[in-house]
Amino acid sequence: MKRFLLARTGQAALVLLVMSFVIYSLIGLMPGDPIDIMIASNPGATPEVVAHLRAIYGLDQPIVLRYAHWLFAALHGDFGYSRTHSQPVMVVLLPALWQTCKLMLTSFILSVALAFLLGVLAALKPGGILDAIVSLFAFAGISVPVFWLALVFILIFAVTLHALPASGISTVGDGGFVDQARHLILPVTTLALANTGQFTRFVRAAMIETLRMDHVRTARAKGAGEGRIVLIHALRNAMIPVVTVMALSFGGLFSGALITETMFAQPGMGKMIYDAILGNDFNLALTGLLFATLVTLISNLLADLAYGWLDPRISL
Amino acid sequence: MIRAAVFAGGLLLAGPAAAAHPDLTIGVSSFPSTLHPAIDPDLIKFYVLGFSDRPVTTFDASGKLLCLLCTRIPSVANGDAVPEGAGMAVTYRFKPGLTWGDGAPLGAADLAFTARVGRDPNSGFANTHTWAIVSRVDVIDPLTAVMHFTELNYQFDQLGELLPAHLEESVFDRAAGPGEYARQSFYARDPTNAGLYNGPYRITGYDSGSRVVLERNANWHGKRPYFDRVIVKSIGNTAALQTNLLSGDVDMIPGEGVGLTLDQVLALQKQTPDQFVYAYKPNLTYTHIDLQLDNPILADVRVRRALLMGIDRQSMVDRLMGGRVPVANGFVNPIEPTYDADVAKYPFDPDRARALLKEAGWTPGDDGICRNGAGDRLSLEFSTSSGVRARELLQQVMQSEWRHIGVETIIRNEPARTLFGETLKHRAFKGMAMFAWSSGIESTPRQILHSGQIPTAANNWGGGDYTDFHNATMDADIDAMERELDPEKRRTLWLEMQKIYSEQLPVLPLFFGSEAHVWPPWLKGLVPTGTNAPTTLWAEDWYAE
Repeated sequence: MKRFLLARTGQAALVLLVMSFVIYSLIGLMPGDPIDIMIASNPGATPEVVAHLRAIYGLDQPIVLRYAHWLFAALHGDFGYSRTHSQPVMVVLLPALWQTCKLMLTSFILSVALAFLLGVLAALKPGGILDAIVSLFAFAGISVPVFWLALVFILIFAVTLHALPASGISTVGDGGFVDQARHLILPVTTLALANTGQFTRFVRAAMIETLRMDHVRTARAKGAGEGRIVLIHALRNAMIPVVTVMALSFGGLFSGALITETMFAQPGMGKMIYDAILGNDFNLALTGLLFATLVTLISNLLADLAYGWLDPRISL
Repeated sequence: MIRAAVFAGGLLLAGPAAAAHPDLTIGVSSFPSTLHPAIDPDLIKFYVLGFSDRPVTTFDASGKLLCLLCTRIPSVANGDAVPEGAGMAVTYRFKPGLTWGDGAPLGAADLAFTARVGRDPNSGFANTHTWAIVSRVDVIDPLTAVMHFTELNYQFDQLGELLPAHLEESVFDRAAGPGEYARQSFYARDPTNAGLYNGPYRITGYDSGSRVVLERNANWHGKRPYFDRVIVKSIGNTAALQTNLLSGDVDMIPGEGVGLTLDQVLALQKQTPDQFVYAYKPNLTYTHIDLQLDNPILADVRVRRALLMGIDRQSMVDRLMGGRVPVANGFVNPIEPTYDADVAKYPFDPDRARALLKEAGWTPGDDGICRNGAGDRLSLEFSTSSGVRARELLQQVMQSEWRHIGVETIIRNEPARTLFGETLKHRAFKGMAMFAWSSGIESTPRQILHSGQIPTAANNWGGGDYTDFHNATMDADIDAMERELDPEKRRTLWLEMQKIYSEQLPVLPLFFGSEAHVWPPWLKGLVPTGTNAPTTLWAEDWYAE
C-alpha cells in the first residue's frame, strides 16, 4: 500500500510537471497577448507604449524562458501575479476554490445520493414503469443543456416567483449562512440535475448486471431479504464502475462548471480559469488548470483506494 | 422535525424585506482588472471609478469640456496656456476644499506626483506618451500647478484622474523594477482604502470578478448623493444579465459598452416595453470596414467607392438597429466639434456602383460576378469577429447586396482575439475586415491614418493603420493638428483630413454607435453622455422617485 501511494505520488508530480509545460505553451500559442487585449479599441496606444508594456509584463521574452521563470518561482511557493485581477495568484485562487468547493461538493453529494436512489430503484425492475420514469428523468438530465436549465430555473424561481436570488453568492449587507444558502440553491440544483442523469444511468446499468450475478442468486436462494440483497450483496459490487465515473467527474467539476458559474455569477474556479485564458492571464490560468489536474489525480487515487475497499480481491 | 424543515425552507425561499430604494444595483457584463486609473484602462473601470474617482476635466453630454476638480479650463485665451520654447506651460487651478476620502487635501501635489509616476516607463501606465512630453510640474501653491510640456500638445486642457500622493508616493518610491509599482499600489493591495477616492462614493467592498460595493464618501465636497449604497454586479453572460434585470436582482443595466449590446436592448424593449426606461444615445463608437490596400482589386479607389455605394447602410440601420444609430460618412462623429457635414458621401446607388466597377475594368460574367480583362473574378475575403451576432447579420446583408453589383465576398470570420491579435495586427487579412473603434472627442487619428503607424516587423507590428494607407498630406495634417493650439486653425486641418478620408476611402465607413441603457422607471436624473465620459460622473444627480 505504502509503495503504491509513493508510486502514485511520483506519477502525479510528473503529470503535473508535464501538464504545466503543455498548458503554458498552449496558452502562449494562442493568438494575441495580454497587451493586445489591453489596447484593443484604443487607437491612442503607440507602438512604443505597446513595446514597453510588453517588456514590463515580461512578454518580450521567449515562452520557454518565461515558463522556466514561472516554474522556478512556483517551486518556491510563488505562483506569480494575476494580470487580470492585479493580485497574487493565490489571493485570487483561494476564494474561487472555496466558492467552487461549496458549489461542487453540495451538488456532487446531492447528485450521487439521487443517482444511487433512482438507479437502484430503476434496476429493481428493468423495463417497469418506475424504470421508464427514472430513465426519462436521466435522459432529460443528460440531454438538456445546462445553460437552458439555468435560465429556466432563474425565470421560474427568480423572475416569476421572486423566491430565490438569480445570481451572486450573497446579499450585500447580509452574507449570513441562510443568505448564502439561498444563493446556492439554484446553481446547486442545476449542476446536480445535470450530473444526476449520467450517474443514474451508470448506477442502473451496474446494478442490473450485479443483480443477475451468481452470488446474488445464491443469496436469494438462501432466503436473504430483498433489502439485504440489494444493499449488501449487490450495491457494493455495483459501485466499482460507478466510483470510476464519479471520480473522473469530480475532478472535472472543479474546472468545468463554467456555464453554471457564469449563469449564476458565481465566482468559482471554472469561470476564473475561463476568464484567465481569455485574458491571457498566464499565471492564473496555469495555476487554476494545474489545480484542476491535481484534483482529478487525487480523485482517481481515491477511486483506486476505494476499489480495494469495495473488492478485497483487488490488490493495490 | 417537519415544522423545523418547513421553517428552514421558508427562510431559504423568503426574499429580502421590501424597502424603498436605499440601494441601487447595477448589472454589468465585465469586471475591471484593476481600479488604478492609469493602468490597464477599460470601459468598466472608468464606469466604476465615475462614482468614486473624478478626473480633473471631462466632456459633458453636449461635448463641452468641463472642470470637475479645477476652477477653469486652461486655455491660451485665459492665459493659463503659454508657449514656452518648443513646448508650452499650462496652469491648472484646483477647486479649494477638495479632499480625498480619508480627508487628506487634494490638489497640486497630487498632479505633480501623478506626472512623476506617468513619466516613469516602468510604472505600467497605458498612456505614457502624454506624460513623456511633460518635463516637470511646478507646484505654485496647494491649489495651483504649472505643467511644462516639451512640445506643443493640443489636448493640454484635458486631464484625467489624479493619484493620491499622500498614499501612493511612498509605494512608488519603494518600488523597484518594471511593473513593481502596479503590484504594490494601494489600488491593488487595498482597493477599499478611502484615501484612494475623491468622488461622492467610495469603494467599500471589492470582490474581484464579482462585485464592487460603493457607499457615500463622508469627505465628498459636492452634492450629497441619494443612494446609500451602489452595487456594481458583474454577470458575464448577457442572457443571465437580462434575467437578473427581470427578476429585480439588478435594477439597471448601463449602455457605455459595459452592459448589453444595442440589438439585445432593442429585443428586450420589444418583450417588456413598459417595465423599464430604455434610453439610446449616439456615441463615439465607429463601425467600419478596413480595406487591404495591398490587394490590387482594392488599390483602385473606384472599386472602393463602388463597394460603399453598393450597400444600403440606412436600411441596415433602420431594419437591424431600430434606426438608433447614425450612418457614418467619415471617421469624425457628428457630435464632435470638428465634424464636417460636407464631406463626399456615397449613398446607396447600385447602378452608379456598377458603372464605377465597369470604369475600373470589371464587367459582369455569366454568373453575375465581375471579371477583369485577365479573367480574374472580383472576389474579396470579408472578416469580422465570429460570434458577434449583430455584425455577422450585417455581413450577410452586405454580402447579398454586393453580389447584386457583381462583387463576390467570401466570409472568413475569426474569434476576436485571432482577428485582432494576429490577422489585423500582422496585416494578414486579404480583403476586408469589419470592426469598431471607440475614441474620445477630438482624438488624434494618428494611430489609424498616419503612415508611420502601418504595422511592420520593424515597429514590432505596432500601430493601427492596418489598411497600409499612406498619404503625405494626411501625415502632415496630423502632425500639424497635434501641435496647433488654436481651435479654429485646428478645425481647418480636421476638415482637410476628413476630405482626404472621404475621397480616398481607405476604409468603408458604416455607422457610429449608440449606447443602449435600461433603467427602472423610478430612477431619475441619469443622463447618457455618448462622449466616453461615463454617466456615473454625475451619479450625485441620480435619485429614486
